[in-house]
Amino acid sequence: MFFKSTYNELIKIAAKPRSYLGLAAITLIVGLILVAMKLEGGLYISLLTGPFEQSLIFEGNVLNGNLVGFIILQMLIIHVPLLIAFVTGDLISGEAAMGTIRMLLTKPVSRNQIVLSKFLAGCIYTLIVLLWLAFLTVVVGQWLFGSGDLMVLKSDGLVVLQEGDVAWRFFYGFIVAFLSLIMIATLSLTLSCFSENSIGPIVTTMGLILLFTIIGSIEVPLFDQVRPYLFTTHMAAWRYLFDDPIQWKDLWFSVAVLVGHIAVLLGIGLYKFKRKDILS
Amino acid sequence: MSAPIIEVKNLVKNYGSFKAVRNISFNVYEGNVYGFLGPNGAGKSTTIRILLSLIRATEGEVKLFGKDIRTHRDEILRRIGCIVEKPDFYKYLSAEKNIALCARISGAAVSKKQIHEMLDFVGLKGREKDKVSGFSHGMKQRLGFAQTLIHDPELIILDEPTTGLDPQGIIDIRNLILKLKTEKNKTILLSSHILSEIELIADRMVIINKGEAIVEGNVRELLNAQEVIVVFTVDHLPKAQSVLEASGFAAYLAQDHELHFQTSLAQSAEINKVLCANGIQVYSMETKRKLEDYFLKLINP
Repeated sequence: MFFKSTYNELIKIAAKPRSYLGLAAITLIVGLILVAMKLEGGLYISLLTGPFEQSLIFEGNVLNGNLVGFIILQMLIIHVPLLIAFVTGDLISGEAAMGTIRMLLTKPVSRNQIVLSKFLAGCIYTLIVLLWLAFLTVVVGQWLFGSGDLMVLKSDGLVVLQEGDVAWRFFYGFIVAFLSLIMIATLSLTLSCFSENSIGPIVTTMGLILLFTIIGSIEVPLFDQVRPYLFTTHMAAWRYLFDDPIQWKDLWFSVAVLVGHIAVLLGIGLYKFKRKDILS
Repeated sequence: MSAPIIEVKNLVKNYGSFKAVRNISFNVYEGNVYGFLGPNGAGKSTTIRILLSLIRATEGEVKLFGKDIRTHRDEILRRIGCIVEKPDFYKYLSAEKNIALCARISGAAVSKKQIHEMLDFVGLKGREKDKVSGFSHGMKQRLGFAQTLIHDPELIILDEPTTGLDPQGIIDIRNLILKLKTEKNKTILLSSHILSEIELIADRMVIINKGEAIVEGNVRELLNAQEVIVVFTVDHLPKAQSVLEASGFAAYLAQDHELHFQTSLAQSAEINKVLCANGIQVYSMETKRKLEDYFLKLINP
């Protein structure tokens, strides 16, 4: 029954126009960036390499698909969570707003199974969005700009990764990014269990991302204690994979924090939904 | 008598200090159409939602098919089809896809052909591929019946199924319920705030108001057991009164041109005969059941 319920959830997601807004937005933004990089990429590269040109000589295809993919990911990884929340925040509260929650809960599927099937469907949707993003950034990027070494600008210098050393970093980078996005999907799904309208969970998810990002960026001793445990601190943990050497300890800590958040939030969602009186 | 399909004992539901359901008890037996009658806000929907585990009872016991709904929820819901208040569907999906979606999680293997047959049965033939967003309230109600019946449930729970329908829609839905009762021998719990609806369809009924059960029993017995009130409108009230008193009939109320009698239907025919025989014009003769009167007082206090 769980898989039948999950299949139903995927049919609903596929039939909703809002599900395609995220994909359309990503396509449009990435498309614009790719065109801009194709037309003005040289200028961008000179700004990037300028501070180092007195001590380093840059040779070969610096503006390549790997660099373009990395730049786009850095830009978009903040915006993609909002597009994910737009769909996952509606999964339960949208049913309450539409009235279909009554029909759904009078079927022989347990409430836990309903939440978990929505969670699984949300994860599959997130994966599809991320795969589309990967296709546009890495595959289309490589096709338009060719391959080459990846230059990663850090606050303390420049990291140059050999061409042959990049693909696996992208692969695992996308896996860690997927975990970050699932964390957002879980947050909005859990908030959805508390709401009777679909706007509330989406706005609250965005609000929490903003709030924790602000808390994480303010240099106040009080916030230093909580900063390592805020999910927003670890949203860009995929970047650890583009360090040389990779800070595995930091990466695993980030993964643990994200997994912990997913487990706790899903637990709260299940608890709330199981005890919820359906009054709508 | 066999064991009841629905067994409700001392059911209580409180929302803070507000008591939505106060100690309601009733039983529904196999093959019965059970009327659940009461004005809006009486606690009918709350009770139905508890039966379907949409909300949790504060106190009391609810058993369906002899099992507690709290501990055997999935097993029980597999044997039930229901419409709770208005039927809502995924507007962005077609009628066919909505029913397929419901069937998939109803625990029964249902083919596409069966879905089409069901849509035909509820009068939606030719609209299978249309999106629900374009459906009228009446069509959604029919689709609600299709999702209720698609997995061939033993018990059907219908919460105000005719609300918001036009007169033709009401007749169609009533006929559909009667068809389920007579042709498919389903056990039906039908909630309504319209006595005539229950009278036409139900075998037994309970009247609830302000969360309390007031009357419970066989519909025919309850209605026939009550003496009727017959109102005669005549041309000459004092003359009619004296003629009737001389014949041994005393009206319990006389006002304007009306004489009110609390009597049986057979005796009201005798009264009419006496009035006519004595040259009194009877303009009208209206029969009111005490139960109907009583129910109207409940809903229009």
